[in-house]
Amino acid sequence: MIYTAGNRGDKVRSDCFISLDILQEQGVAIELKSKVKALYGESITGLCREMLAFFGIKNARLEIEDYGALPFTLAARLEAVIKKYIETDQEYLLPMLPQNVYGTARDADRVTRLYLPGNNPKLMINAGIYGCHGIILDLEDSVAPGRKSEARFLVRNALRSVDFYGAERMVRINQLPAGLDDLKYIVPHPVNLILIPKCESQAQVLQTDAKISEILGHKNNTIYLMPIVENATGVMNACEIARASENVVAMAIGLEDYTADIGAQRTAEGKESFFARCTMVNAARAAGIQPIDSVFSDIDDMAALARNVRESKALGFAGMGCIHPRQVAVIHENFQPDEAEISTAKKIAFASERAEKEGTGVVAVDSKMIDAPVVKRALRTIERAVNTGKLPKNWRDSHAS
Amino acid sequence: MRHKLIRNAAGRLVPDEINGKPVIPYMGVGKYRPQGVRHSPQIPSCIDFPSDGNKQVPSLREALIRAGLKDGMTISTHHHFREGDLVAQMVFDCARELGVKDLCWFPSASFACHAYLLKYLDDGTISHIEGSMNGPLGRYCSEGKMRKTAVLRSHGGRYQAIQDGDVKIDIAVLGAGCADPFGNANGINGPSASGLLGFAVADAQYADKVIIVTDTLVPFPCIPWQIQGNYVDYTVKVDRVGIPEKIVSGTTEVTRSPDRLMIAEMTARFCDVTGIIRNGFSFQAGAGGTALSVGNFLGDIMRKKGIKARFARGGSNKYLVSMLEEGLVEYILDGQTFDLEGVRSIRDNPHHVMTSPFTSYNYHSKGNFASMVDVVILGATEIDINFNANVVTHSDGYLLHGIGGWQNCLFGKTVILPVPLFRDRIPVIRDEVTTFCGPGELIDVVITERGIAINPLRTDLIEMVKGSGLPVKTMVQLKEEAEAICGVPQKPRFTDKIVAAIKWVDGTVIDVVRQVEEEML
Repeated sequence: MIYTAGNRGDKVRSDCFISLDILQEQGVAIELKSKVKALYGESITGLCREMLAFFGIKNARLEIEDYGALPFTLAARLEAVIKKYIETDQEYLLPMLPQNVYGTARDADRVTRLYLPGNNPKLMINAGIYGCHGIILDLEDSVAPGRKSEARFLVRNALRSVDFYGAERMVRINQLPAGLDDLKYIVPHPVNLILIPKCESQAQVLQTDAKISEILGHKNNTIYLMPIVENATGVMNACEIARASENVVAMAIGLEDYTADIGAQRTAEGKESFFARCTMVNAARAAGIQPIDSVFSDIDDMAALARNVRESKALGFAGMGCIHPRQVAVIHENFQPDEAEISTAKKIAFASERAEKEGTGVVAVDSKMIDAPVVKRALRTIERAVNTGKLPKNWRDSHAS
Repeated sequence: MRHKLIRNAAGRLVPDEINGKPVIPYMGVGKYRPQGVRHSPQIPSCIDFPSDGNKQVPSLREALIRAGLKDGMTISTHHHFREGDLVAQMVFDCARELGVKDLCWFPSASFACHAYLLKYLDDGTISHIEGSMNGPLGRYCSEGKMRKTAVLRSHGGRYQAIQDGDVKIDIAVLGAGCADPFGNANGINGPSASGLLGFAVADAQYADKVIIVTDTLVPFPCIPWQIQGNYVDYTVKVDRVGIPEKIVSGTTEVTRSPDRLMIAEMTARFCDVTGIIRNGFSFQAGAGGTALSVGNFLGDIMRKKGIKARFARGGSNKYLVSMLEEGLVEYILDGQTFDLEGVRSIRDNPHHVMTSPFTSYNYHSKGNFASMVDVVILGATEIDINFNANVVTHSDGYLLHGIGGWQNCLFGKTVILPVPLFRDRIPVIRDEVTTFCGPGELIDVVITERGIAINPLRTDLIEMVKGSGLPVKTMVQLKEEAEAICGVPQKPRFTDKIVAAIKWVDGTVIDVVRQVEEEML
């Protein structure tokens, strides 16, 4: 019986296709076809031999069609195909990049999160260079049903081996209950946040959180959760979902499924989802977490994306998903505070500093009293303006002059 | 035939002779100054040509016979028809029919379509190629199958070699979109229009015999005459001289790859913060997807700041033409026309002008345009940590590209190579390039998706990018980053057999390519 894993074809890049036939005798034979054979032939066959030995396979015929797969991909493909033969809990793990191990803040910026199909290594390699706040390795809708198992190995290996340059490391698991089985491939590795798709109840969040705790061996206090609400029930339960666990830091809405669920067509102006979006923003804000808007699916229309982002920001959303790297800059640009917001924020910040110096405890701008949360938001606006280059670091001095 | 190996100024071992001719090893940039007089073809006299100006002969075969085609000759063609070229194929079909052997093909560039000629390399009709080695021909050559050693030259180096007499063209067979029976020809009209014919200029002027082949023969005069009939011996009309849709297509779409777009955008930003983009500046961007989008991003900045460029050096294409028509660029000095918009523009717009390697690149011209360009955007297959670069071989050792105008363009005032850090696991930044095509002292900036390296010689640029927020790194950092992702590559293995020589712009040999060892595993 010959099993296979991976992808092949003229358009495949940074991936490989592996066929494995485990034999009774004759030792290990490896046939490698690769564009990079002259440069990495020894490295590729060496890794394969080491993995076969690791899983105790002494006789096999292995055929590799390689399209420039990096070791993390090669190892994921080979492990996937080996596990079609043998049932084992053993995992072949490549050394973890030390720079991949970092925590993120509860209230970290999540303006952009780039979705990457979990079974496509090509898109993972450079995902970190576009400056998006989060990278989502997706095991759900972007992975074909027959490929779910190989995608788990690839996502696991990517979490360990691909440098996302400080972006928040996220994984979207499958819809529960299947998604719970994904967790053991994810949780022990450098992941900051798990997205729970098609979430419609508090119970589903708790189940996920409990499973994570079980895998960690202690109460989950390291991996954040972001439920994605994608149907009418979920929207009606938005409050309980948002408050389900202290690990929930943001809640997203998925409008493609939602509009279908309520029997509406998704339109450009989005009247049909107005209620749901407002409900999500309110539920999230009430729970002190970030409301995140749905992705915008036309990757060629940047002007429409910009309009969409400005509306999203106006409704109170804190960010949205990206399905193409080119969307990242547009979303950042339009979620950024505009000139008027920055100028108001500066006034508030100065007033607050003055109040503190004078010990009055009361912040006032233009005879209006300013509450503490407004001050906090103003400082946040300034921080974001500085981070995105809209305001110089020494904005106080430039104001003085 | 053992030859002696000499270490040249690039540190490469090159033989003392190639194809029986003595080699001058590369001496460094601007070090070699040939003496003597330029090569001249035989003196023709007008009394030997029909006074009615009709030089038409019935077929290419007939023209080749009359031109005296015989064993061992050098036959030249130009590459303005790119992937749609039918001329080279027709020439060597005739040569094969006539039983002629050991020809040297001297094209201004070759393309994948010329894989057709492999059978003539196999059967000995063609002994070797002196020109670019693209795709299948490069592979064939790298595997050591060519009978003699290939010689690769830049566009300017080709002109120089013709003028030096290093290459003596016996018969030039020049395809033209349109011609008259006297031999005046252009690439502007006819179904096989290619825009211009600049790469055929040297061939027309210096070959012993010149044949013009066209599918659109018009009565005298063919206007404009990009090639003057006074150089031409015979004219031939054929059914098809090229395949129109393959002449004006290919690489003329901007890249859609987000990584490449990012590199292109960073390149334009670099030009902005370093003050290269200013009123009256000039630029040259190649025809690759990344280079094209650099042009677009430059255009965005120019539009925003109200800046106009005095001229752009082409390759022209629809993007450059739209910049010309929008008024962002005052002149296109065009080397080759890549699409129908380019053809239309050069036909109709007096600000879109034909150039040739003589005007743009030639070492034996009294100056040339290349060194006057403010910023040049080029590609490379590999760049080493000292900024030396390779454009002809891939890291696996196979010849797969020609030099084109690349070496010549290195003389631009600021030379930028926007390249990905690696391509499908193949690192671009290396300790040492597989083939040395251009010295690092002429390469100013390398821009990758993971950082920008500026040549330490360009202290002015280093100073100007400070505080710009651009991610400046060293070449060593970039190389280490690439190796951390891809792994450290093993070295490709070569035999001792030299399969190709790489000439520098002055005719010296800067490096050689050796036969790739049969894959073992």
